[in-house]
Amino acid sequence: MHYEQPDERGRFGRFGGQYVPETVMEALLELERHFQSAWRDEAFRRRFHHHLEEFVGRPTPLYFAERLTEALGGARIYLKREDLCHTGAHKINNCVGQVLLTLRMGKRRIVAETGAGQHGVATAAVAARFGLECIVYMGEIDMERQAPNVFRMQLLGAEVVGVAEGSRTLKEAINAAIRDWVTNVRTTHYLLGSVVGPHPYPMMVRTFQTVIGEEVKQQLLEREGRLPDYLVACVGGGSNSIGLFHPFLHEESVKIIGVEAGGRGTGLGEHAATLSFGTPGVLHGAHSFLLQDRFGQIANTHSVSAGLDYPGVGPEHSFLKETGRVTYVTVSDREALEAFEELSELEGIIPALEPAHALAFLRRLIPHTSKEDIVVVGLSGRGDKDLQLARQAMEEYHHG
Amino acid sequence: MGEVATRMTALQRAGKKALVPFVTAGFPTRDVFPRLLEEVFRFADVVEIGVPFSDPLADGPVIQHTSQVALEQGVTLPWILEMLADRQVRASLSVPVVLMSYLNPLLQVSDGDVFERARRAGVAGVIIPDLPVEEGAVYEAAARDQQMDLIYLVAPTTSRERARLIADRSQGFVYLVSITGVTGARDAFPAETFEFLRRMRALTNKPLCVGFGISRPEQVKRLAPEVDGVIVGSSLLRAIMEAPSDPMGAVRRLLLPLRRALDESSSPLAINSE
Repeated sequence: MHYEQPDERGRFGRFGGQYVPETVMEALLELERHFQSAWRDEAFRRRFHHHLEEFVGRPTPLYFAERLTEALGGARIYLKREDLCHTGAHKINNCVGQVLLTLRMGKRRIVAETGAGQHGVATAAVAARFGLECIVYMGEIDMERQAPNVFRMQLLGAEVVGVAEGSRTLKEAINAAIRDWVTNVRTTHYLLGSVVGPHPYPMMVRTFQTVIGEEVKQQLLEREGRLPDYLVACVGGGSNSIGLFHPFLHEESVKIIGVEAGGRGTGLGEHAATLSFGTPGVLHGAHSFLLQDRFGQIANTHSVSAGLDYPGVGPEHSFLKETGRVTYVTVSDREALEAFEELSELEGIIPALEPAHALAFLRRLIPHTSKEDIVVVGLSGRGDKDLQLARQAMEEYHHG
Repeated sequence: MGEVATRMTALQRAGKKALVPFVTAGFPTRDVFPRLLEEVFRFADVVEIGVPFSDPLADGPVIQHTSQVALEQGVTLPWILEMLADRQVRASLSVPVVLMSYLNPLLQVSDGDVFERARRAGVAGVIIPDLPVEEGAVYEAAARDQQMDLIYLVAPTTSRERARLIADRSQGFVYLVSITGVTGARDAFPAETFEFLRRMRALTNKPLCVGFGISRPEQVKRLAPEVDGVIVGSSLLRAIMEAPSDPMGAVRRLLLPLRRALDESSSPLAINSE
């Protein structure tokens, strides 16, 4: 099976493209030129991998979850431990790549958006490491529910700007970051944190995150001498999942599952399951699946996990859904919280609420597997940021 | 050639400058809007009507606010087209109307071709602020099929090669973004704005209209000699916002001085011929 996406115009089948204000078009074209030349440059790639090793702490372990495997009684479960990356999530892989690119372009100022705060913290850390000015836009609701991350970013020297418009979450933070970028485009790089947005972002962020799947492939060959049977990862914008999936897309024997946030119901506004319940449209620079009303207004979303709480999704995921290469499913808030508790108790690992969605799906998947099967789950981040929120939610479920 | 192009070319030949006000559809309320539009027509050569969108990422605080207010009142693209097609409103349409819409609301019109429906409602052209020329071919063709003008934007950051391409493909006029940034009033324009306008003038004979940040007669007087028209949006909407009891008066008080400033910038020949 051959897989080569996107085309030279940034299209994954009918998805992707560059739907942006004219003011930033040249910056996108420039970014694409710099990215292409950097990625062909052996020295740039060496520098990228050097910082992934030294600053991020790669390679991250592929951990055999022995007690979880026993408890579920089926396939052998491995966890790709992105939670052990510096700053606590996979987000930093992409930040290292884009900051090195920013320096190569001669820009000294970075803007970023953040939902859960993980991308914001990672951006602030890498910006501090390389001495760049860093502004992070964050919805006011997210600032409240992820307060420790706000202080982390400030400690790392970033300016955190609260966004009070609309849903006051990730979608509005992206709008605000784009407006800043449109205004300061000559001096500023927009360090987008997921495989969303206009070309070349989906392709570029994927490239920087593919290190996840490449390591899994090598680690599993060493441990088990073969490819996995299943890959499972959560999908918000879709960067950790694309990073895990991409090196396996052409391997027909590997079944791939993306898990979306089912929230508390299937009605518009009750979940953030864009691929499962959405329709195609254009938001934030790309043609992709969206959660919207019939007049094309973007819907509000809900998820217990701030990192999945977004009404769009990367265009490559839309393509993978339409071609059927990846299966997308949903997991509710409640199921995610149960998996959050379960992994903590069984393995001594507190996952972030985002990958808790991927873990929750194992309860449905494992009964259909045999003990010889191998499942790899992307454990994209750690749960420290979610402790307060998880405690509140769990108390509600246990007592209500 | 569409109606916008016809009008702009006629003005250009007569040495007159165009005033192009922008209003958000259904603002301040759905009931007031048709009358407000009539008042705007009195001072305008072309009128832009904004289709509200939940995520207007090229817009500053004023248009974000007016879009939100309009959406809360249930303003939709079908409502806008029905309102424009209304016989009374239609009769008052004395100048070409251009729809300004982000791409997504246009894409979601499911019953029939959106350009055909817009044309039937009397719309003469479309501006899509998140549609660069690279993605535009299919929409240009759809507009052309309805004898409508698809108007593209050029920014100060646009390269010479792409500016030429955009000017070639833009129909009706070329929308010049005065400054890097989002919509909203500015105190002053840097030298770069004027260099940009002159660069564009040297590049194309197509009518040029400049927008983003224009609010005052002095600004209009300085900008008008370099272009064929000026676009005024946020400051007009702000004036309407600040005069809830007299929106028509607010329109008049803002647009009349701008109209006069523009007419003074038109060539003496044009004024004498009136």
